[in-house]
Amino acid sequence: MNAWIEKQRHLIDFTLASLARRRTKNFGLLLVYTLLVFVLASVALYTHALRQEAAQVLKQSPEIILQRMVAGRHDLIPPGYIEKIGRIRGVQAIEGRLWGYYYDPVVKANYTFMAPAAEAVRPGTLTVGPAVARSRGLAPGNTISFRAYSGKLFSFTVAGVLPHSSELVSADLVLMSEADFRAFFAYPAGHHTDIALSVANPLEVRNVAAKLAAVLPDSRPILREEVLRTYASVFDWREGIVLALLSAAIFAFAILAWEKASGLSAEEKREIGILKAIGWETGDIIKMKLWEGGLISFTAFLVGFIAAYVQVFRFGAPLFEPVLKGWSVLYPRFELVPAIDSLQVATLFFFTVFPYMAAVLVPIWRAAITDPDAAMRS
Amino acid sequence: MIELTQIRKAFNQGQPNEFWALNGIDLAIEAKKVTAFRGPSGSGKTTLLTIVGCLARPTSGRVKLAGDDISGLPERFLTDIRRSTFGFVFQQFNLIKGLSALDNVMLPAFPTGRPHRELRERSESLLDRLKLAHRREARVEWLSGGEQQRVAIARALVNDPKVLIADEPTANLDTALSREFMGILESLNAEGRTVILSSHDPLVVESAAVDCVVSMRDGQLTRD
Repeated sequence: MNAWIEKQRHLIDFTLASLARRRTKNFGLLLVYTLLVFVLASVALYTHALRQEAAQVLKQSPEIILQRMVAGRHDLIPPGYIEKIGRIRGVQAIEGRLWGYYYDPVVKANYTFMAPAAEAVRPGTLTVGPAVARSRGLAPGNTISFRAYSGKLFSFTVAGVLPHSSELVSADLVLMSEADFRAFFAYPAGHHTDIALSVANPLEVRNVAAKLAAVLPDSRPILREEVLRTYASVFDWREGIVLALLSAAIFAFAILAWEKASGLSAEEKREIGILKAIGWETGDIIKMKLWEGGLISFTAFLVGFIAAYVQVFRFGAPLFEPVLKGWSVLYPRFELVPAIDSLQVATLFFFTVFPYMAAVLVPIWRAAITDPDAAMRS
Repeated sequence: MIELTQIRKAFNQGQPNEFWALNGIDLAIEAKKVTAFRGPSGSGKTTLLTIVGCLARPTSGRVKLAGDDISGLPERFLTDIRRSTFGFVFQQFNLIKGLSALDNVMLPAFPTGRPHRELRERSESLLDRLKLAHRREARVEWLSGGEQQRVAIARALVNDPKVLIADEPTANLDTALSREFMGILESLNAEGRTVILSSHDPLVVESAAVDCVVSMRDGQLTRD
């Protein structure tokens, strides 16, 4: 066992000396490879953290949202619908919601106006999302005026700013009282935008949705898990777009790394011949080159991944944020909670380290099986 | 110690450019003696050395080392024998550029897994013995031809082999360095090592240090 460890130590010593001897080539290779891992890991880490963030935030949202459809379009819920639903087993609460969009020409951005059911916002006041507060320079106590679609001007006092923790989905939110909401949008009395239902047992959600569809055939139940899935696929789509855009560069990097790794110089071939002649086995040479490939690829993976982690979770992914996070006009600003998916890391490791090892191994194996007497004839 | 029976060696066998480098060699090389293969270029000296030193297998014929037939052994076993029994000094020295003299000397012992300190001490003492202690940390490409050859000799001796094989050892040396080399060979032989070399340099083959000269031409032994 000691001899085996000593042998590996000797091989690693020789490998390190070899790497140092071809400093420029190996440093270039390490750099290109690290960049490759950095780009892939940044995209993977960022989208995964976004998905986690969205899931975390949506945990608070109702299990089912019911929308009324007219001619395949979302329409207002008329009075009496909530009563029509009546009592469905498993439903903890039913609540008519009021929300709509407002275009603010001052900052050329869309806000989501909403009237929360509980009297959380007093008439004449607003609670605004962090991005709205930033873009309009609002702080609690400030007054702000919005011109309604009717042309009438409404003034409100800012009562509070929503917390940063939910900014991914509340960046552009403006909360107001029901009375203000109805007055501002000239919303017909008794009507709602949609209906939110809370279901305690997750296994019951689909049954409740089926019952709702039966009671109100002109309505569409939207399940929270569907919303989550939509979010996930939007982020997946964005991840795909980024990777597609970067694919040319990634391919160029990968080809360069492959070329550098798989190309054996005449000098390297000569050295392999010498090593065989002085008593190294084919296996020793392959092991030595595996150590070399392993050291380069593992270092590149580690450095690239850590750099990506720091870029995403420490600096907020400035390189990919605009396209990956996505928002109409108001960009949410939030600290991502570090989230690492071990399967994702393993996949990235597999697809970056293994091809490199293969690229190194094949030409070395070919060179290493040559007859040792070649050294005598060089 | 080494017996060769009807050794034949072909290159590119079965191809239009097939070439028989050795053609029926019968030879017994005595242990603890200095044997020199002499002959013009292309006579098969180097090919014979590669077969004797387990660097290549004969196309036909038998090689016996201390009574054991080793001609049919797989590569792994041949490598083992090569590493423990033979030390090589190549014509072009074949040192690894970019490494120090000491690192080059230690190289053949790496696969043995000997403890690093022991290996280093052994390599340093060999360099010291060959008057290269002061150059041990120098990269080999910075050394003179004579120094490079002495590094190559130290490397050949690091695994303490019974047999030293040198291919045209004086081809790249001037007269003074060639004499120095023969002096080293003599001392190694005096320690009880078998030395086998190839050369067409009269300074080598006519040296008093050489016990037996084997003449070759066209892949066969010739009578002088």
